[in-house]
Amino acid sequence: MSAGRLDVDALLDDPATRIVVCCGAGGVGKTTTAAALGLRAAERGRNAVVITVDPARRLAQSMGLDSLDNTPSLVPLPEGTPGSMHAMMLDMKRTFDEVVEEHADPERARQILGNPFYQTLSTSFSGTQEYMAMEKLGQLRQSGEWDLIVVDTPPSRSALDFLDAPKRLGRFLDGRLVKFLSAPAPSGAFKLLGAGVGLVTSVLGKILGAQLLNDLRAFVAAFDTVFGGFQERAERTYRLLQAPGTAFVVVAVPEADALREASYFMRRLATDAMPLAGLVVNRTHPLPAGAGARLDAGAATAAAEALEAAGSHPGASAALRLHADLVRTHLRERGLRERTVSAHPGVRVAEVPALPEDVHDLEGLRGIGAALARGA
Amino acid sequence: MHIVTGKGGTGKTTVAAALARALAADGGRVLLVEVEGRQGIATLFGSPPLPYEEREIDAVPGGGRVFALAADAEAALMEYLELFYGMRRAGQALTRLGAVDFATTIAPGLRDVLLTGKATEAVRRREGGRRRPEGRFHYDAVVMDAPPTGRIGRFLNVNSEVAGLARVGPIRNHADRVMEVIRSDRTRVHFVSLLEEMPAQETRNGIAEVGALGLHVGMVVVNMARPPLLPGDALSDAAAGRADLGELAAGLKAAGLDDAGDLAESLAEEVGAHARRVLLERRVRAELAGTGAPLVELPLLEGGVDRAALEGLARRMAEQGVRR
Repeated sequence: MSAGRLDVDALLDDPATRIVVCCGAGGVGKTTTAAALGLRAAERGRNAVVITVDPARRLAQSMGLDSLDNTPSLVPLPEGTPGSMHAMMLDMKRTFDEVVEEHADPERARQILGNPFYQTLSTSFSGTQEYMAMEKLGQLRQSGEWDLIVVDTPPSRSALDFLDAPKRLGRFLDGRLVKFLSAPAPSGAFKLLGAGVGLVTSVLGKILGAQLLNDLRAFVAAFDTVFGGFQERAERTYRLLQAPGTAFVVVAVPEADALREASYFMRRLATDAMPLAGLVVNRTHPLPAGAGARLDAGAATAAAEALEAAGSHPGASAALRLHADLVRTHLRERGLRERTVSAHPGVRVAEVPALPEDVHDLEGLRGIGAALARGA
Repeated sequence: MHIVTGKGGTGKTTVAAALARALAADGGRVLLVEVEGRQGIATLFGSPPLPYEEREIDAVPGGGRVFALAADAEAALMEYLELFYGMRRAGQALTRLGAVDFATTIAPGLRDVLLTGKATEAVRRREGGRRRPEGRFHYDAVVMDAPPTGRIGRFLNVNSEVAGLARVGPIRNHADRVMEVIRSDRTRVHFVSLLEEMPAQETRNGIAEVGALGLHVGMVVVNMARPPLLPGDALSDAAAGRADLGELAAGLKAAGLDDAGDLAESLAEEVGAHARRVLLERRVRAELAGTGAPLVELPLLEGGVDRAALEGLARRMAEQGVRR
């Protein structure tokens, strides 16, 4: 079974497409894909913004970013480009601080920002990065300044974390544990927990220490009154991802692990009714154009052996061995891709051939964009 | 203890498993621990998912034995609570409160300290238990398939990670014990890289980060290396697009292939791309060598990794001087 081609240009040209989310395992080129999509969209007339999280330094430089800035900055494009491109690197603490400052009066905001529990929460809780990426996405969408937002998802243990971590964090912050810990003393409200409450209280107190519990109490008191539900906020952005106008692009490389992760993610998108635009397979090894495409690995190896036996034309035998290698790699990759595609009938695929060097300028991104648009 | 990290996609699980085999080659007991809940070891060995239990997974010729453990933060937490507080029942109450979810997925550093704690406990374990502090170590080596390079510094620096939650108390004490093993001069952090720019850059950043934490850097494993197929001069000519098409076509013709002229043009492009990649790989290898860490090179395996292939990789490591 062969996959349909992902028509990237049709996706980017459709004014109804407002959000493109790039997700996948670590190290598959999500950020590069996001940046290339943003650039191609701009060159096709969209006003695009790319939210990146933790890009490689040279890739960031290719978009004119050199530090966390948290506000989109204009990427200088050649004169005559019909659209525009902005890019930003997510600063999760800054984003969190801004949410606090927006919702609390100055006095309370000061209390919250200075609270040690808040400082830990905003810098090192897992899930905060995903939560804030979602938050930023919601803000940019609401601002209406861009007609296309391309999101590069945070590097995490699993691609699914982008979908799950914000709700998990929200559930925790709104949940029983925080209320339990921040309550002045164990009260009747926790009777339903049954046996073990006394023990739990004493152990938690011992493990966490009085200082942390005090910080947590102060934080919850200040936060609750001004901010309301964390969980509700996370769910609002989650719904944005289900809305028409959002498209997920799942990114992988032609290796078993990355494709397995992509498969999990695509299944999850289907379960949650989130729109999958297609699968991008980066760093593939296509057959060469021309006569080389018709020479299979066996024939190339046999020819190389004949030359080696005759002791002549070492350059040609090396080229033949190289070709045999390439054909084998190509077939292995195609097999892996077909297996993934057959588990997700109807999924559209675009392939980007492996480049000898990493992308580090706009020209490189433009090349990736063109390859994406060619599809398979 | 051997901690194996690498950028995603560099094959660190494969390298960790091959290293475990190489270390068991002279008849030792080696534990291979995975900490990311991916069941990568089971996939590699073609076995059903591993439980939270040390199981023999491979016998090495010469009497060595490799055990495997899929460390799981939640199971480690329950084990820890039971061990130190005798509180199975409280564990259930904690689950209902959401405290277990908090400790294993949200709280900064707790998950990491639980996972590294399990691995370092295996490192410290002696025959005869705690009553015999002079007993022989239960494992001759412990190999950890650790998180990717981008997170390795935070993962190993458990002390500062849990500091936001616990400056004193049992969590802190536990973290201190774990840190003692990680900092020990019998622990090495190995980096798996490819001969590509980004993994090599991450490796260099990782080495600097781990060194700054006072941990010991071991080797850099250059994985999936391909031998260059062209001699030196031909390589630079080909990279510059100056391949001798006439000679190539003559060779293809001599080998009895049809269409030699067209085929030569087609293959010349492949050769050019190959040559450019080889030159880049040389540059990357020199940069990796510049870190001062010993380089160990493993070949690209056609057609995936199985036990026989692992055995081959372990042998290649041994040939390059990897031993206990």
